[in-house]
Formats: sequence, structure tokens, C-alpha cells
Amino acid sequence: MIPVCPTTALPPGEATRIEADEPIAVFNVDGEFYAIDDTCTHQDASLADGWLDGCSVECPLHASCFDLRTGKVSGPPAKTPVRTHRVVVQDGMVYVQPGTTGDGVA
Amino acid sequence: MSSTIAVVGASLAGLSAARALREQSYDGRIVVVGDEVHAPYDRPPLSKEFLAGTASLEDIALGAPDDEDLGLEWRLHTTAVGLDHPSRSVLLHDGSTIRADGVVLATGARARRLPGSEGLDGVHVLRSLDDAIALREDLAAAGRLVVIGAGFIGAEVAATARTLGLEVTVVETQPVPLAGPLGADMGVVCAGLHADHGTRLLLGTGVAGLVGTGRVEAVELTDGTRLPADVVVVGIGAVPNIGWLARSGVALGNGVLTDARCATNIPGVVAVGDCAATWSAAAERHVRIEHWTNALEQPATAVATLLGAGGPAPTPVPYFWSDQYGARIQFAGSRREGDVARVVEGSCADRSFLVVYERDGRPVAVLGMNQPRLFTRWRRQLRAAVPAGS
Repeated sequence: MIPVCPTTALPPGEATRIEADEPIAVFNVDGEFYAIDDTCTHQDASLADGWLDGCSVECPLHASCFDLRTGKVSGPPAKTPVRTHRVVVQDGMVYVQPGTTGDGVA
Repeated sequence: MSSTIAVVGASLAGLSAARALREQSYDGRIVVVGDEVHAPYDRPPLSKEFLAGTASLEDIALGAPDDEDLGLEWRLHTTAVGLDHPSRSVLLHDGSTIRADGVVLATGARARRLPGSEGLDGVHVLRSLDDAIALREDLAAAGRLVVIGAGFIGAEVAATARTLGLEVTVVETQPVPLAGPLGADMGVVCAGLHADHGTRLLLGTGVAGLVGTGRVEAVELTDGTRLPADVVVVGIGAVPNIGWLARSGVALGNGVLTDARCATNIPGVVAVGDCAATWSAAAERHVRIEHWTNALEQPATAVATLLGAGGPAPTPVPYFWSDQYGARIQFAGSRREGDVARVVEGSCADRSFLVVYERDGRPVAVLGMNQPRLFTRWRRQLRAAVPAGS
């Protein structure tokens, strides 16, 4: 597991990027944490810089939208989903398990 | 018998309308009419990655795997030539008609051409995929490009052509490019990218005409200067594709006139995207928005109107972007003459900054260059600050 930050450092509505083999973006949606691949599948842009609206993040450049829960594209021009990753909160710290799906199924 | 909705226009607005119909539980027949032979594709890359050859047709296709499930009936390479509103029928160029219970007008806009440029090889506009393919082929064999118009399309084509190694001159009649959307101060800053990258920019200069027989050889300016050119790109704006509706009874102005929820004066007919002039309570007039984001988002409102769902008129914060010379320019909000532009981050000289436009001390618009994260924060803030129904 990769430590991300203390939960207090990532308040609701905020996102952060962590460096892994592929960078990962971690979001706090009203207290629920989600992690997806950080790089938009459309073009090179960081989704952690994007616009969070409910459980959807909009790419900061060309407005592709992804569902944080599933990684699916919810708005074009992207066509390919992003991967989701499992987030674990333990003792006030946020961790990400890269390569495991967000719904807890490895 | 199940009902039919005809979507006239098969680009981003039309495709978004078809998707919105299914999202809003419409289970009848959907016929999408498009005059181009191509399936829906994304236009912004046409002046950038696609023109540069770094994005393929497959890359810019808008269709997603899930679209198969939408059950759309495509009528591509088919031009709508009229709308008979008593029977709500769309008349097609081949003489056939589509009788529909609802019609979405999404015919977009076309590039404005330079008078006298017809039939001269080497002179291009850039709007469609075919335009981009033709321009790309011509640029590959050219040394000197003259771009007429320093708006976003012109600037992006100039930037792409520089990366392809061409000698580029941009001619603009206005003393400052992009002053309309960005204001004069920021127009100067953004236009500075041309000089940074070796593109010559001639301002306050009109075009008298094109020189050449058969193929363009030069652009003649109003001051008598002749700019030799192998290729000329005309980027002087777009006009809405509404001529086909002239005798339809649909109210037209600078676009199909609609209320704030995209309804035209004809029941069961809505209009979206570049062809629509939508009532804006804030601006107190009909506003035709050519932005990609509008074509993406507006159809959801139009479809709700068509399906009889109520709700308040949306209060979108207009947003557009432009990529030039590797710089990412983003703008959101509505700027008016007299708004004060203030740099809140970075510096214009560094080509990395965020500028907030203020009116009576309140932020009304934001411009970023190479500041996507901060820009997004401000854009979100602007959206939150728009009072409902304004």
C-alpha cells in the first residue's frame, strides 16, 4: 500500500496526485475516498487537477468526465476508462493499493 | 406506434442530444441525420493534433463503445433541406422525409469564406474533417503559409504549421487579436505567443485580395503589400447553418432563436449547439455560443424540454480552451468591456499566469495560461457564484 496523506490533508472536494508506476489521483467526495489513474485517457493531463462534481471528475483540459467509482467515461472526448484503485483509511491515514479495483475486488 | 425523434446534425451537439435522449429514458426511435460522410468526430484536434499528424481519425472519433446500445438510426451523408412544421417532417436532399414527433436542430456552423477565394487552389478554411485532410496534404508540400484572421482557429493553425516547419504570417484586421473574448490587454499577451515562436503577426491590416490564377500565389494587403503564399488559411469566423430552415416557420436570427431552455417557436422543435441562438437572461439577448462545451452540455436541457420535463433554465459558465505552441489557454465566464483584468498568479512574461476579470469588485471571468489546476478552481468558483435563474 502506498501512503497518500493524513485524511485531514485531503478535505472534501479536494484531490491529490501520488507518483506510482502510473501516477494515481486520490479524491475526497464528501468523506469518501476514491483513487483512479491520474492521466486522462484522452490526452496527457492530470485528473487530480480536474473539476470534481459529485462522483465525477472532469479533465482540466478537454472536459472528458470519468466516474470515480467505476473509472468509466461519463463524458467525451475520452473513450477509454481509467483504472480504479482501492483506497484504505487506517489510523487517520489514506493509503492506496495500486492495481486493485476500487470496489475492493482485487 | 412508437414515436420518432429526428436529430438533425451529427457532430458533438447532435450526438450529445441522442445520448441525452436515452439518458432521459426516451425509448422511441432516434434518427440522426448528418451531412458529412463521417461518423461523429471531435473538431478541436483538427487545427492541432490531427493537422500535425499526431492524432489519427480513430483518435478523434467521438463514438464510444457504449453508443452501440443507444440504438440510433444513422442517416449520414444526408443533407436536411427543409422542415415542414405542421407534419414535423424533416425533408432530405434525396427527396425522402423523416416524420418525427420531436426534432432537435443541431446543424452547427460553417466557416466564413473570403469573397473571391472560390476556385483558387491552396486556399483553405478549417471546419470539417475533410477540410483538415485537404489542408494537411497542402501544408506538407508548402513552405510559406499566410493565415487570414488571428482568432483561435487562425492562431492554432499558425502554431501547428510552425511545428511542421513552415514560414508563417498571420494577418489580422483588428489592432489587437482576441480583444473580443479576452480584452485588449490579454489579447496582446496571448498574441505574443506568435512572436515567441517565430510567426510574423501583422495587425490592423486588411486583406485586399488573393493573387494567383488557378492556385494562390500571394495575399495582397490593403496597404499594397504582397505576401507570397503557397497556402492560405482563412479563419474569419463561422456562420450558423440555418439557411435550410428559411421557409420552415422556425424563428431565425443569428442562429435558430430559442428560449433559455432551447425551445424554438415551433412546439416539438428544439435547437442546440453552434446553430442555436439561445436566450440569455444575464445578457438580455439571444446568444449564439460556438464553444465545444456548450455543444456538449446544452443538449441535455433541450432534450428535457422536448420530453416535457420542466426545471429552471441552466446558468452555464461559458468555457473554452485553446492550445497553441504548447501553451494551454483556458477561459471561463463572461467578460464585458470595462471589466478589470488582474493577474493573480504567475506572470504574463513567463507565459504561465492566471488572470481574473472583475466587475464592481466581483470576479466574472478567468483566463489561464499553463495553469490548469488553479484555473479549474477559479472556474468552479465562478460556477458556484452564478445565481440560479440569472
